Amino acid sequence: MKILICIKQVPDMESRFKLNDAGTWYSDQDLAWRMNEYDEFAVEQAIQLREQLGEAEVVVLSVGSDRVKETMKKALAMGADRGVHIQDDTSYEKDPFQIASVIAAYAGDQNFDVIFTGMQSQDRGSAQVGVLLAGLLGMPAVTTIVGFEYDDGKATVRRELEGGLKAVVKLASPALFTCQLGLNTPRYPTLPNIMKAKRKELVSLPMADLLKVEALTTTAATQFPEKKGGGMILEGDVGELTEQLVAILKDKTTVLK
Amino acid sequence: MKTLLIAESRQGKLLPGSYEPLDFANKIGAEAAMFLVGSESDLPHFDGSLYFAEESEVGEYNPEEHLRLILEVVDKEKPQLIVLSHSSYGWDLAPRIALALQVGQISEVVGYQDGAMVVPACNSKLQRVVQAQGEVTVVTLQSGAFGLDDEPAGTPTVEKLSVQADSKFEFHGYEEAEEGGVDLTKAEIIVSAGRGIGKPENLAIVEALAKVLGGEYGASRPVVDSDWAEHSRQVGSTGQTVAPKLYIACGISGAIQHLAGMKKSEFIVAINTDRDAPIGEVADVLVVADLKQFLPALTARLEG
Ligand SMILES: Cc1cc2nc3c(=O)[nH]c(=O)nc-3n(C[C@H](O)[C@H](O)[C@H](O)COP(=O)(O)OP(=O)(O)OC[C@H]3O[C@@H](n4cnc5c(N)ncnc54)[C@H](O)[C@@H]3O)c2cc1C
Ligand SMILES: Nc1ncnc2c1ncn2[C@@H]1O[C@H](COP(=O)(O)O)[C@@H](O)[C@H]1O
Repeated sequence: MKILICIKQVPDMESRFKLNDAGTWYSDQDLAWRMNEYDEFAVEQAIQLREQLGEAEVVVLSVGSDRVKETMKKALAMGADRGVHIQDDTSYEKDPFQIASVIAAYAGDQNFDVIFTGMQSQDRGSAQVGVLLAGLLGMPAVTTIVGFEYDDGKATVRRELEGGLKAVVKLASPALFTCQLGLNTPRYPTLPNIMKAKRKELVSLPMADLLKVEALTTTAATQFPEKKGGGMILEGDVGELTEQLVAILKDKTTVLK
Repeated sequence: MKTLLIAESRQGKLLPGSYEPLDFANKIGAEAAMFLVGSESDLPHFDGSLYFAEESEVGEYNPEEHLRLILEVVDKEKPQLIVLSHSSYGWDLAPRIALALQVGQISEVVGYQDGAMVVPACNSKLQRVVQAQGEVTVVTLQSGAFGLDDEPAGTPTVEKLSVQADSKFEFHGYEEAEEGGVDLTKAEIIVSAGRGIGKPENLAIVEALAKVLGGEYGASRPVVDSDWAEHSRQVGSTGQTVAPKLYIACGISGAIQHLAGMKKSEFIVAINTDRDAPIGEVADVLVVADLKQFLPALTARLEG
């Protein structure tokens, strides 16, 4: 069994974002980087599947600049066997179709049985790369899974719909799954595993060798949303903030007597 | 401009979000035809062509058959825009349509600007203006970004599509959310805990404030997913939808799926260390503070 996980490195969403010089995306200066939250569930599910099967190879793949190798090392420390880094300093300019196409170009002859991706990336949030990748590889995809079981070549998954409803779906591998929050509890890498991960294979392949398609969408500009909410912002000493808020609640709501 | 609007049905019921693409088409002044896999007894009110297939024949999860039917209609209608909701149905289906047509997809559209689509990025802290290259574009709309104020009127001209029912996917039924727990929709005051509480022990300070206010405590999804609170307390698109007199969001960033469950509250207070947190868009008051200091101080003040 061969398992592929696709992960993306994203900035911490609590960051104060600035735009890049071209005004097309955020500036990558002074940001803290981490694994896309949805992809942590993908990594954990792949490791759990290998633990269940006893024998399987888990390959982690990421497209991006050299910086993304730090995040790939976390996946290796969580338990992935080896890493494939597709090196591209301007991957943020590539559209979901191009990202999916380069992953497909790498994965095409590798015969992966199961592929896990996140359901969406936190910065781009297109929710496209996984489904496009499956389509390009000619395998079925199930999106937004919150439950995964594997038995005898078939996966039984819980697919999240709206309002707490789930659909139970069964299909045979090879197949791709996009992982939703809460699918499992991603493990923390232990110190010995972090040390071990340093010796695991992590190869970098140049983007140019794999990219054969043009973008279907382009970002004309990135901007700060217009502030619509005219809410009040209170800042300062906790004691004073408390008095201010109580006064506002007494004035504006009927709930404080 | 010609659009094909993809409506949604589940368990025989037309989903209300189905009219959001219609509002979008109206706003951009485009001609519209609709597509629905649904039930004959609950068709959309709409004066135009409706390409229709019977839900019971297609099955709950059969994206390949939905795709095949849509491609059949695209071939007939030749739309320039194919519009879906950014829902579990739409984000699953849209990339399949885009790939089959070899065209671009723009996800989670919240507006349009000079012929381009505006979409959120980085938890709505930023927006991208996205342009598609080809003759045809697939878009999904962020839930709630568009929508008609009133239930529309009209009767569609139905063109029935014939279904091929085979599928790689076996559907084994639905699972409902667990019943029981608290009914947050009845609470007049809700104090909700987000990931900003940091550790489960800190839920107590959120609970204490809820108690002194005579309200209930709620939670964002990560707090529930981590088993720090039960599912019935989750507020948002996959939890409860609430509209209390007072909603206090503690350490909650304000992701669109959380806002969907609470933005209709009468008065909203947010406690957050991040002055730019998107919850500020809906909050009447944003208190920039560490909840670990602020909440106990507020609770003590209200007790005293
Ligand atoms: C299909 C789908 C459905 C979803 N359904 C739901 C849903 O129903 N409900 C839901 O809530 N989410 C839902 N989500 C998840 C949603 O997108 C967000 O991931 C989630 O709401 C984030 O929760 P949060 O705000 O608690 O955490 P975060 O986004 O991590 O925010 C934590 C906040 O706490 C602040 N903070 C940190 N420390 C402190 C401190 N000491 N004092 C004060 N503030 C602090 C930070 O500045 C930050 O703003 C869904 C997602 C998807 C894709
Ligand atoms: N640059 C990338 N490298 C590897 N995987 C990616 C990349 N971008 C997106 N993905 C995968 O595709 C999923 C969906 O991303 P998106 O379509 O950008 O929302 C992510 O959760 C990842 O699993």
